[in-house]
Amino acid sequence: MAATARRQWNGCEPMALTPRRWAGGAILAGPAVVAVALVVLPLVGLLQRAPWDSIVSELTEREALLALRLSLECSLGALAASVALGTPLAWVLARRRFPGRSLVRALVLLPMVLPPVVGGIALLSAFGRRGFAGEWLYELTGWRLPFTTGGAILAETFVAMPFFVVTAEAAFRSLDRRADEAAATLGASPAYRFRRVTLPAVAPALAAGSALAWARALGEFGATITFAGNFPGTTQTMPLAIYLNLQSGNSGGAIALSLVLLAVSLAVLVGLRDRWFGTT
Amino acid sequence: MTLTASVGLSLGGLHLDVDLDMGEEVVAIIGPNGAGKTTLLRTLAGLLPLDRGRITIDGTVVEDRAAGTRLPPEARDVGVVFQEHRLFDNLTALENVAFGLRARGTPRGDARRRATEWLRRVGLPDIASQRPRQLSGGQAQRVALARALATEPAVLLLDEPLAAVDASARSELRSLLRHELSRYPGSRLVITHDPIDAAALADRLLVLEDGTITHDGPLADVTARPKSTWVATMVGLNLLTGTADGTTITLPGGATIIGAAGPGRGTVFVAFRPNAVTLHRIPPDGSARNLWPAEVLEITTTGDRARIRLTGPVPLVAEVTAEAVAQLHLADGGHVWAAVKATELDIYPT
Repeated sequence: MAATARRQWNGCEPMALTPRRWAGGAILAGPAVVAVALVVLPLVGLLQRAPWDSIVSELTEREALLALRLSLECSLGALAASVALGTPLAWVLARRRFPGRSLVRALVLLPMVLPPVVGGIALLSAFGRRGFAGEWLYELTGWRLPFTTGGAILAETFVAMPFFVVTAEAAFRSLDRRADEAAATLGASPAYRFRRVTLPAVAPALAAGSALAWARALGEFGATITFAGNFPGTTQTMPLAIYLNLQSGNSGGAIALSLVLLAVSLAVLVGLRDRWFGTT
Repeated sequence: MTLTASVGLSLGGLHLDVDLDMGEEVVAIIGPNGAGKTTLLRTLAGLLPLDRGRITIDGTVVEDRAAGTRLPPEARDVGVVFQEHRLFDNLTALENVAFGLRARGTPRGDARRRATEWLRRVGLPDIASQRPRQLSGGQAQRVALARALATEPAVLLLDEPLAAVDASARSELRSLLRHELSRYPGSRLVITHDPIDAAALADRLLVLEDGTITHDGPLADVTARPKSTWVATMVGLNLLTGTADGTTITLPGGATIIGAAGPGRGTVFVAFRPNAVTLHRIPPDGSARNLWPAEVLEITTTGDRARIRLTGPVPLVAEVTAEAVAQLHLADGGHVWAAVKATELDIYPT
């Protein structure tokens, strides 16, 4: 009752439209409208320039299909790697105390703010033919990552995993431990508790983190082109294909592929709406 | 089914130091807030490590600080009913009850069958498919009880199982608890702050105050001859401590009390009922051997009875009729005389 009353008080505070308030509103509204326009106008432009007549044929071109398929493979691969490696990492960061934990967290989250092209150069320095990790990996397994699909997946994982880790860690951190204690007194092992108590409780957050990481991987450009190159069928994902189309004068193809990515982004946003926007 | 524990633990300002030895019986632990009741339960369940001591369940050492042994909660044969039911939100009532069995490797069908039987036993045969959110507080606590009982632990620990339940559901849940606890084989330990719950559920009562057990015995013994002010206040008795010499007991302040038959020498408790005290404005000329000057501190009226808290050389509570309060003008305060017959005093060693 009290909470409802308070919300109504805040939400429905009467506000007389005095001239002074009106002027204040205009001062705020101006920049706000410009801000919205900055985001909306490019999208309108994209839709307006879209080759609606030829969009199907543009998207079924061999190169476009290759890019679509490769993007799907690479982004899902990066998502799988992010979840498989990021879940234990998020758990350790949230629930274990160890020296240097803050440093590890900062380093893991660094790719979120690092320019992707710098990430690509860094990956190349480490996993390239003459990079220390690359040589070591080649001697051990015979694999070379640069300019391969594996390299594209690595680049996308590098950039996307922090988005999953940061969401999962917050979920693990805010987990109610009382249910876990109750499960332990019922004879459940830590693994059983994780599977049947912890995981269901954090599943929505993990799904949201996965959606974020996947969307980020799908749009990855800088690190991929730097580390994996731009080879149709092996490393040329959709963002790379869009760029190449634009460079070679095929703006129709570029826009058609862009619309696909825009649709995916909107779908992710709609999927996360409850989590981010609430219901009010 | 036995539980033997010597628990030593310092946590914040609490210093817990408890020796506990239980057979197949129901023991209630009662005590004021912050005395360490829940902390004690958590150490027994393995949810808190000991600083000192040792815990043995059915002859198996589950924790021994000196030897460095410590079994986690899941490896102890212990079941817990928590104050807030702590059911798993994502599971149905039936799955909650079956959880412990499934965790211990019971096949699914068998676990569900046994869980169904337990739900029936706690009087909830129809809510198997409901989630905890859909249950009332009383129902949720019944499911929590069934969940703890389903694994048939050697030691069953209940932490204020009635505290979070509505008053309307409490008496029904209390009688269910009494029924299930009395038929359950094993060591059963119930924490409560309510003497009514303790009386209803347990044969033996432990009083835990400030981290140590101040009284251990049958319920009637603990309430008739309290050994701490907290218990005395709880059961509504006056309790004084003094030094006995024959039938004369001297209080720390110097006032004396005359008993009918003293236990001889040494430190003793003196307990008497508030309604054994008579109050007078002028010193009475009667047979009462004990007569002390006093001042009225506080008057609490319940129905036609009034409890008068008095200060003076012998601090005490008197219970008189509301008529007496009016006749003696006690509400005005001032000096009164409190008289107690020597035969009304219960004197026992500390």
